[in-house]
Amino acid sequence: MSVTKLSNRIDQIFQEKKNNILSIYYTAGFPRRDDTVHIAEYLENAGVDLIEIGMPFSDPLADGPTIQHSGQKALQQGMTLKLLFEQLAHVRQTVNIPVILMGYMNPVLQFGVENFCRHCQQVGIDALILPDLPMQEYLKEYKDIFEAYGLYNIFMITPQTSEARIRLIDEHSHGFIYMVSSASITGAKSEIRPEQVAYFERVRKMQLKNPTLIGFGISNHDTFSTACTYANGALIGSAFIKVLEQSKDLEKDIQQYITAVRGR
Amino acid sequence: MAAVKELKKTSYQVNENGYYGKFGGAYIPEMLYPNIEELRENYLQIMQDPSFQAAFHQLLKDYVGRPTPLYFANRLSEKFGAKIYLKREDLCHTGAHKVNNTIGQILLARQLNKKFIIAETGAGQHGVATATVCALMGMECKVFMGALDMERQKPNVERMRILGAEVIPAVSGNQTLKDATNEAMRYWINYPVDSHYIIGSVVGPHPYPDMVARFQSVVSAEIRQQLLEQTGTEQPDYVIACVGGGSNAAGAYYHFLDEPDVKLIAAEAAGHGITSGESAATTALGRIGILHGSKTLLMQTDDGQVVEPYSISAGLDYPGIGPLHAHLYDTGRATFYSITDDEAMDAGILLSRLEGIIPAIESAHALGALHYMDLKPEDVVVISLSGRGDKDLETYIKWGKY
Ligand SMILES: Cc1ncc(COP(=O)(O)O)c(C=O)c1O
Repeated sequence: MSVTKLSNRIDQIFQEKKNNILSIYYTAGFPRRDDTVHIAEYLENAGVDLIEIGMPFSDPLADGPTIQHSGQKALQQGMTLKLLFEQLAHVRQTVNIPVILMGYMNPVLQFGVENFCRHCQQVGIDALILPDLPMQEYLKEYKDIFEAYGLYNIFMITPQTSEARIRLIDEHSHGFIYMVSSASITGAKSEIRPEQVAYFERVRKMQLKNPTLIGFGISNHDTFSTACTYANGALIGSAFIKVLEQSKDLEKDIQQYITAVRGR
Repeated sequence: MAAVKELKKTSYQVNENGYYGKFGGAYIPEMLYPNIEELRENYLQIMQDPSFQAAFHQLLKDYVGRPTPLYFANRLSEKFGAKIYLKREDLCHTGAHKVNNTIGQILLARQLNKKFIIAETGAGQHGVATATVCALMGMECKVFMGALDMERQKPNVERMRILGAEVIPAVSGNQTLKDATNEAMRYWINYPVDSHYIIGSVVGPHPYPDMVARFQSVVSAEIRQQLLEQTGTEQPDYVIACVGGGSNAAGAYYHFLDEPDVKLIAAEAAGHGITSGESAATTALGRIGILHGSKTLLMQTDDGQVVEPYSISAGLDYPGIGPLHAHLYDTGRATFYSITDDEAMDAGILLSRLEGIIPAIESAHALGALHYMDLKPEDVVVISLSGRGDKDLETYIKWGKY
């Protein structure tokens, strides 16, 4: 019962809303160790559609300096996966939008994959983004476990991903496909270049069965709205982390930033 | 098809999915998938092409100075009561075995029409070997090096710069080898089409461990032939090598992997001792995990954060080992000894005094393993003397006990 209900939160969002979906990434345990749940609540109140919570890792291969630094600070402040699940234990009492955990494989392996999935289900996580889990490994080793606990695995595509592989990813995806905006690691950028637009167009013309969200380099109202003309929405990480870094009043600054991105 | 058959020849070779037993694979973000896929699809075909092989071996001969001697170490043999031979990789151009791999990979990069080269380095040996072959081929070269390591290894930084390479400080994490590797991979993600990443050991995502092992396998090919000439038999009783990531060991073991009578001995760096909290002894302290695209044994916290290793030898200062070695350890095919800083330094001085050869401190760890072995007078022992001690002079001086 609860499994199907949980796994539908993401689908529900995309059923209700076809465009301008805004997903925000932030690192667990940052800026202060116990901010994790507050930030989720502020984001929901500010009108964000999905939340991705980053699980800090010592060696985040796909991340740029901003997210690296937030993860390192969180680890220094004593953040662990175990603590994250404690923090999230009651998150579903106050947060209703989909929550995705994003991070690297090694901490998940050490926690125990099945144990990790069980905890995710218990606290109400809807999906996982594990950039260093390749599709073939997922299908062979992890798919059954993830599905047993109602967890979607979100795949990424990039400008270098071949059409055949995009089709394959579409076939195995649930929820949405994460379109990495350029050949790059994470990091805020202030504009979207013509060759990126060509890639967005190319993917849009493929008429994938899954919704797409564009991420990496989205930072403000301009880049967000450009992304939204080519996909169902966009994901913002580094630019939001920068807001958190400088914030003296998380609730107010989060509200302001999200309003600015939405352009209302 | 022939290539695949050859791969399947033995259980110690990588399988078609990139695994050695339960270790290996390619745990890389989608952003790197096309690069890794391009390599995976092409590396065997390119490497096995006769003209590639000819160019590779010509350079190994004329430029690197191969074959390196297999030297019967008379006084060392007397001391330990066995027949000890040193495979003199220290006599390679640039002073270590690392250049065997960089020569191979830069030829491969040219076949793949890559425009520039990136590499990571810890002590600077692999960085120097990469900068060297880039100068040789007239290719642009960027070497990532932990900011802390740049402080500790100034002469090698300048060596790379003299050779025309750009040395880019890695300021993330702990600013050492593992962070330099992260930075190199991040850079590769940002420039996926034109750059080739020359990884410095048998680590990283498949096909790197297999590719680097194949380039280094020239070492054991030569050992076989030289032993035959010198002793009348191709097989030693023992092959000893130090393991940082494991490339010199992979090269020295390669053609003996399927001969169980040849005992494989690995020396890993115990630093101040495996219980001291300052160590790089991966098999003693590590658990299975994923780093830099490979599932392997890894030093880490209970929470799965990678631990910063310590060794007096910068070249052994890596928190993991290559997946081949994790498999050799797991199956018992190789025996691992943890050698402390002190034991390695003593062994380095011993070799200097007995044979007139000052070894790299990495290689001195391999010599340190001799003390733990139960040797018989008729045993034939080959030690991979992976590098020379010139780069380590300052460490020897600081240590001072000579
Ligand atoms: C002389 C020497 N030996 C050994 C190593 C360790 O590397 P590997 O284990 O890949 O041979 C290094 C690394 O820098 C080295 O310079």
